[in-house]
Amino acid sequence: MINKVGRLIPDTLPGYAEVRPYSGPFAFQPSGRMAGARLRAQNPAANKVLASLEQAIDATGLKDGMTISFHHHFRNGDFVLNRVVETIARKGIKGLTLAPSSLNDINDAILPHIESGVVTAIETSGARGKLGKTISAGKLARPAIIRSHGGRARAIECGELKIDVAFIGAPCCDKAGNINGVDGPSACGSMGYAMVDAAYADKVVAITDHLVPHPAFPISIPQTQVDFVVELDSIGDPAGIASGALRISRNPRELLIAEYAAAVIEHSGYFNEGYSLQLGSGGASLAAAQFIREKMKARNIQGSFGVGGVTAPFVDMLNEGLFSVLFDTQDFDLPSIESLKNNPRHLEMSASYYANPHSGGPIVNNLDVVILSATEVDVDFNVNVITDSNGIIMGASGGHSDTAAGAKLAIVVAPLLRGRLPMVLDRVNTIVTPGETVDVIITERGLAVNPKRTDLLDRLKDTRLPVLDIRELQDIAYKMSGKPESVETSDEVVAVIEYRDGSIIDVVRKPL
Amino acid sequence: MQTLKLRRAMMFMPGNNPAMLQNAGIYGADSVIFDLEDAVSIHEKDSARQLVLQALTHFTYSCEIAIRINHIQTPYGFRDLETVLPGKPDLIRLPKAESAEEIQTVAEVIARIERECGFPDGTIKMGAAIETAKGLRQAYAIASASPRMEFLAIGGEDFIADLKTTRSKDGRELFVARSQLVLAAREAGIQAIDTVFADANDDETFLNEVRFIKQLGFDGKSVINPRQVRQVQEVFAPTEKEISHARRVLAAYQDALDRKSGVIALDGKMIDTPIVTRAERVLAYAAAVRN
Repeated sequence: MINKVGRLIPDTLPGYAEVRPYSGPFAFQPSGRMAGARLRAQNPAANKVLASLEQAIDATGLKDGMTISFHHHFRNGDFVLNRVVETIARKGIKGLTLAPSSLNDINDAILPHIESGVVTAIETSGARGKLGKTISAGKLARPAIIRSHGGRARAIECGELKIDVAFIGAPCCDKAGNINGVDGPSACGSMGYAMVDAAYADKVVAITDHLVPHPAFPISIPQTQVDFVVELDSIGDPAGIASGALRISRNPRELLIAEYAAAVIEHSGYFNEGYSLQLGSGGASLAAAQFIREKMKARNIQGSFGVGGVTAPFVDMLNEGLFSVLFDTQDFDLPSIESLKNNPRHLEMSASYYANPHSGGPIVNNLDVVILSATEVDVDFNVNVITDSNGIIMGASGGHSDTAAGAKLAIVVAPLLRGRLPMVLDRVNTIVTPGETVDVIITERGLAVNPKRTDLLDRLKDTRLPVLDIRELQDIAYKMSGKPESVETSDEVVAVIEYRDGSIIDVVRKPL
Repeated sequence: MQTLKLRRAMMFMPGNNPAMLQNAGIYGADSVIFDLEDAVSIHEKDSARQLVLQALTHFTYSCEIAIRINHIQTPYGFRDLETVLPGKPDLIRLPKAESAEEIQTVAEVIARIERECGFPDGTIKMGAAIETAKGLRQAYAIASASPRMEFLAIGGEDFIADLKTTRSKDGRELFVARSQLVLAAREAGIQAIDTVFADANDDETFLNEVRFIKQLGFDGKSVINPRQVRQVQEVFAPTEKEISHARRVLAAYQDALDRKSGVIALDGKMIDTPIVTRAERVLAYAAAVRN
């Protein structure tokens, strides 16, 4: 069947009882009830602390074919996922579905366990490196399912993604299982992604290298949701978890794009007292922070809240009073972690509060402006952030489609050319975010406004900004690079791209 | 009124970097200089000039494109010219100029290749950088050596080395040279372009220097970082106050002409010819900036 963004979706897909094609950002009305964890009972005298991962895995009752989950707050400093999978493999358990909130290069270490059948399915936000190539090569028993952060929270809460055991890297934990992410050698800040897993998984194992006397403070994940606690020497590499303060790019091309983005916001009609903003952590998106900050000061505008993916430049704006509150689902650098720990206006939130579309309203619904990056865009404003120009999985869906759908003004920033490859195409290789939720695409050589936003076009036409038609932008790129040939693929589906509401917006077919 | 050719910011781009050549035009520089000289090691001279030729041939730039060739006394200078001139750059910039003969020699090569390629005579302009005491003594001769000459530039680092001194923050060691260069350029009726400022992180000193050289009479500055383009242009842009004053001066002048009055005054100050000329220049400059 062909979905609303023109993609051919198979009528049946492994792992799906019913294939629901994407039919619009808010077309699907869910019914039914939320799922939940099994009931627990804990004797006051019981001890949750187990001596080893092996014991914890045994205690959870993990069996062949079950689903295990992890968070990706440790990014490339994560020791937990690899070590748990390694331990499970030694026990001879097979056929697991791996459902982490995302995967990073460091997780390439589990490749042997995909080869040997320990992990046979993956449901996550994205994958990079060799793992991305392995998924793209169709090495899993069924197509990987790629979900946005909000889509994953939705899938967990409605029971589509049923987690049997959640293994939660816990930077700071007490023996009863209270967890926070702001203390300890592996501090990562917000525990936003893990919160959903903890609340809905049947069994929850906290894995920590910083076991503190009860009660841990603050408490991000409460003891009521945790079954077992395991202490290890180290659960992460601080250097890979969070950098020093993320610096604003000095790349002149990114700065130019960022300057255009800030100017678009300024003239968009949304740049008013009390506006709200989300910035990505990518170069141009983050660099926009400095220009927006200057404009907020110059115009004496105070925003209501910021959303992140929090980075030092955003923390600076909070401290300067440019925003009243920061909502934080993950932290990218040390100043952000410190701020979450110490500033009561810097609020930790779960992935569900952040972006779950099938809830009473995630915070993305209240966003005025978001700046997002892109791998590729097309003339219909669709965005790809998951596959590269050869059709190989190398990115993550993240909060892209969630924030684009929620925000009143969704700005996508991307270079017009990467090396010799044009980034404005006739059709992106893979659609993650539908063009109808994207308002402006900004490149270093000009910007294009979605034609349905005639109001924005009106506001921008009298500025000095280089506003072009999207096809004019494409022509500029094609004149330099030529028109790229499309990626040839087989019919084999290696990954399913879920839209945030659980419908299928695209599939990734195995490149030839 | 003839539109002024603005060369407020002339930005160097290494000729051996394809990504930079591709993106050279997006930063709003008045001129981009593809550098085949100091930015390119001797091992890459040939590939760089080929890259520059390909960039000239395949990309469309909305600003002036200049090529800094190697000096013609090196083994590379003439080869640079033979390779890149068929790509029809707007301008050739000769480094370390010390005599009018060098300018004429380069101009002859340009003229020949213009003929061979069928370009109208005089299409490709020239500029020259003065980087030695000897060159400075010949500055006027160099500036007036060919009708192709559009500007004199000063190459500060080499000049300071030639003086056997070092660069200070306020650049006092360059004061005489800068002033003489402006005098020579003005005498020859061409533009004067100041040297690069190397520390892209020291905005304060950079901006002070730009304000200073503008005051000395320079038409612009060579820059090495795209961030500096806007900074230079903002310093050189006439202010609203300057523009409105210039308009009032010209209105008062016109009024006096209409009334056939010999004495012209504005706000109690006498307006004479240099003031009118300056007002005309301010408005022409503002018009060029708007374009």
